[in-house]
Amino acid sequence: MTQMLLNALLLALRAIQRNLMRSFLTVLGVVIGVAAVITMVTLGNGATRMVSDQISSLGSNLLILRPGQQLGPGRDSAGAASFKLADVEAIQTQVPALKAVAPVVGSKVTLVAGNQNWQSQVNGTSNAYFVAGNWQIAAGRQFEDDEEAAGKAVCIIGATVKKQLFPKGSPIGDELRVKNFTCEIIGVLQGKGQGAMGQDQDDVVLMPIRTAQRRLTGNVNDVSTLMLSLRDGVAADPVMEQIRRLMRERRRLSENADDDFNVMDTKQIAETLSGTIRTMTGLLGAVAAVSLLVGGIGIMNIMLVSVTERTREIGIRLAIGALEHEVLLQFLIEAVALSALGGLIGIILALFVCLGLTALMHMPFLFNPGINLLAFLFSGAIGIVFGYMPARRAASLDPIVALRFE
Amino acid sequence: MNNGTLISLRAITKTYGEGVAAFQALKGIDLDIAAGQFVAIMGPSGSGKSTALNILGCLDAPTSGAYGFRDIPVEALTRNQRALLRRHYLGFVFQGFNLLSRTSAQENVELPLLYRGAESAQRHAAAREALAQVGLTGWEHHTPAELSGGQQQRLAIARAIVTCPLVLLADEPTGNLDSQRGHEIMDLLVALNREQGITVIMVTHEPEMAHYADRVVKFVDGVVESDSRKERHTPVPPPAPLVRGESQPLRSVLSSPDKGRPGGVGELRETSP
Repeated sequence: MTQMLLNALLLALRAIQRNLMRSFLTVLGVVIGVAAVITMVTLGNGATRMVSDQISSLGSNLLILRPGQQLGPGRDSAGAASFKLADVEAIQTQVPALKAVAPVVGSKVTLVAGNQNWQSQVNGTSNAYFVAGNWQIAAGRQFEDDEEAAGKAVCIIGATVKKQLFPKGSPIGDELRVKNFTCEIIGVLQGKGQGAMGQDQDDVVLMPIRTAQRRLTGNVNDVSTLMLSLRDGVAADPVMEQIRRLMRERRRLSENADDDFNVMDTKQIAETLSGTIRTMTGLLGAVAAVSLLVGGIGIMNIMLVSVTERTREIGIRLAIGALEHEVLLQFLIEAVALSALGGLIGIILALFVCLGLTALMHMPFLFNPGINLLAFLFSGAIGIVFGYMPARRAASLDPIVALRFE
Repeated sequence: MNNGTLISLRAITKTYGEGVAAFQALKGIDLDIAAGQFVAIMGPSGSGKSTALNILGCLDAPTSGAYGFRDIPVEALTRNQRALLRRHYLGFVFQGFNLLSRTSAQENVELPLLYRGAESAQRHAAAREALAQVGLTGWEHHTPAELSGGQQQRLAIARAIVTCPLVLLADEPTGNLDSQRGHEIMDLLVALNREQGITVIMVTHEPEMAHYADRVVKFVDGVVESDSRKERHTPVPPPAPLVRGESQPLRSVLSSPDKGRPGGVGELRETSP
């Protein structure tokens, strides 16, 4: 038995060596299929992880209150009334589980400093924003009480804005032109990097809410979003319910009317976003699965094209005195060896491609043993089936029929 | 079966197809071939000569009739047992050479020994010896495509004789060659027959090639029409001892219960598939 296996192995290795081109093409089909599937799924997993990491960088205790129905397909967010400053006050005083309540109004405006200009998000808010948004001040200071109360023209800029407009030296005390007024820079935020949706979180300018309301949005009372930070150790759900009830009351919604606002915690935001990314990963995976299939068809083609030659070869071997199962064992070993080799090269290739791409896209690299194994087994199975099946048919022919096969 | 009778066919028929489409290629053949003979089978196309050779070579099974190879009833053997009979006792030469392409001459010749499970040193030595016998020394590492037609047929003969077969079956061995190369091949077959005592059975349609044989069997329409012998110039030598392929003599092989030995006839009794 061992002797027979060794013999078949020897015969198979000789056959591979003789048909280098055919062997190479077979291996290539497996390599591409395996590498494509593994790469797609690994990148998808990395993207999902990246998003959840970034969302947790928002702060795990964060709630966001917005006007309009909950985000999602078919939901209407237009037409709902903004919150008022009085709502902010009501939440602050009536919901004791909150550590910080930061009202936010904002718009996208052009900033000018010296002869540079830059488009950026300008938010009007309060010092509570730093707590709720998990921001650190890298240089300078927060707003003073009188600045907030009087709506003075002061601002704190994000790391990107500093890089774009004040690449050298400290911008503290410098002037920044925001739309049509000038404000004094009093601080610079610590950089946070890319946001969950791929936006740059550091591309931001903060000013007291009163300043923004008066000079940017024009609505002295309206607040578009509230960022709320829970006290440590407080469960989010009851607090969200409390806020919901308070807001329904304040907005005078009747018993059976839908909410015209929504409260989300970061977990929900994370779920929404990772749901989207999972869909994308599934899509990419499907594309990769098609390429695996195409690779499989390539293998099949090569194997079938060579079937005439192989059938004659099998005829020769049978005439010389090879037994059917000896011939089959040889072809099986050949197919297994080529498929396994292709699978291994595919896995290694995918590893390098994934390492390169994740580094390029600043994503975490997550090795997924399941998909590696699955892709390996699937393409291996294709290689084996299409290498082995034609051989099995040929080996069952009469030797003379096989010899005359055309 | 005695006095050197190696092969005996009795009332062999072969029918292809079924029902109205059935075609009877052999209609009852009786033929005895003694060890050491050089037999040419002749006849027009469709006379059944190639069918007869395939049956003699255990490549094909007869529809009915009895085929005795020494004392083995071949018609009762299974497919695998026939393969083992071919492996141990028969060598083949085809009109179209049927060599493995992109494979060196040396490896082509070693192939039958691989299936016998011969050691690599033994394989190399036997292959070189067989190549020397057919005059292909120095061509060991060439592939069939790099050889001329005559050289390819000599390579095929080397592959057939590397196992020291009892019988060499040749199907139109000169059919693809010009007459000069054809005569060289015939001289080689005659030498193998005379010097090593290998029984040669050759199908041909060329009378000048049949002339080399010491017995000519003519087939017409599925039956033997004539069987003519001529006096040999040299006496038949006893069969050479089986050395190269290390196959056991047939009788001992049949009676031996030895199953473990690779190439032994234990395998003829077909163990599990």
